[in-house]
Amino acid sequence: MPSLDDLRKRITSVKSTQKITKAMKMVAAAKLRKAQENAEKGRPYSEKMNNVILNLSKSITDKENAPKLLVGTGEEKVHLCIVLTADRGLCGGFNTNIIKKAKSYFEKIISENKTLKIITVGSKGYDQLKRQYKSYIVENISFKESKNINYFDADKVGKIIIEKFEKNEFDVCAIFYNKFKNVITQIPQEQQIVPLNEDKDDKDDSGNDNDYEFEPDEDEILSNLLPKNISTQIFKAMLENSASEQGSRMTAMDNATRNAGELVDRLTIEYNRSRQAAITKELIEIISGAESL
Amino acid sequence: MSNLFNIDIVNPEQSFLSKDNVFEVVIPAVEGEIGILKDHIPIISFLKPGIIRVFSESEEQSFYVEDGIVEFKDNTLSVLTSSIFDLKDADKNFVSESISSAEAELSKDNIDDQKRFLLNHKVEVLKSISIN
Repeated sequence: MPSLDDLRKRITSVKSTQKITKAMKMVAAAKLRKAQENAEKGRPYSEKMNNVILNLSKSITDKENAPKLLVGTGEEKVHLCIVLTADRGLCGGFNTNIIKKAKSYFEKIISENKTLKIITVGSKGYDQLKRQYKSYIVENISFKESKNINYFDADKVGKIIIEKFEKNEFDVCAIFYNKFKNVITQIPQEQQIVPLNEDKDDKDDSGNDNDYEFEPDEDEILSNLLPKNISTQIFKAMLENSASEQGSRMTAMDNATRNAGELVDRLTIEYNRSRQAAITKELIEIISGAESL
Repeated sequence: MSNLFNIDIVNPEQSFLSKDNVFEVVIPAVEGEIGILKDHIPIISFLKPGIIRVFSESEEQSFYVEDGIVEFKDNTLSVLTSSIFDLKDADKNFVSESISSAEAELSKDNIDDQKRFLLNHKVEVLKSISIN
């Protein structure tokens, strides 16, 4: 049985924790709105980019000589995985979910005897993966310094990928991130960016395809466009990720605040009970003392 | 019949400009400037550093772009670019910084002809901006 003093101390400590989690929730909510706005603003760009590439790849007839970034190297031996996570913790299952998704993919690659290479973006992902997959991690990037997500950072990652591709260091490249569905739900995603996966659904409307004029020719445009597309996809993933991170943190902190509230209630009841028990005990002592006189 | 069409300029962070009352747009495509009017044939091309001029009924706007993709289809011109700014609020420091970084890049030995051409062109355009 804890003493009255202990209980009082615990109640104050839980209350101050609750204050912190509440503040974190508020901050996350404010940041979430901004991140969500950014994610929405960035959507037209990646959508349009996708459209253009789709139209272009339709008009490419000579698949053999098409750029390798589009059709792949023809092999599937070396897989490069880009794992995008947050730089900060305390956001519920956000980082763990991405890692879990990525790990199951890693296991599949390893069991098929293919070569695995990992690039982690964001320090939390690196922290969680280095224990088990240290030898596979080829690069570890973190953008802790930049306050906002910007295209410049995404482009840096994109350039690293292109550079590795040109050196024939991998055949297939996939990125892992959390897609923002709503504040409560974030879906871990696995998306293949090299070679580009065509959406089968979009193929149906190819009947009305426009005959585009290309200047210069298709190949040159594609080889200029595809590296940009990689950066764009990474940027999109980073935007989705940051919105998811804030959403996830908000929910986690909301839960924590509520749990702290419940704990305070329970401790208060216990505190009051033992206080009353002490009073009753003192009363009994006084009364029985008086009776014995 | 009106001779107006739509233009959308987007960069990765946001939609930069969206208008539905332009009658001519001049874009610095990689093989030379293209002027686009209504009912232009569908075209896809990409940009070199230069100035986009947008002529609408009421005003004329100019933007500096570094690179990008243009697509014209169904009387909508989409410009995708990662770096763009309005000439009116051009930042002198930013322009001169870009010039010097491009010149530094030019002085390296390991660049190919195409890149050299693009960089030379970029310096030229940026210098013409900073004079005005």
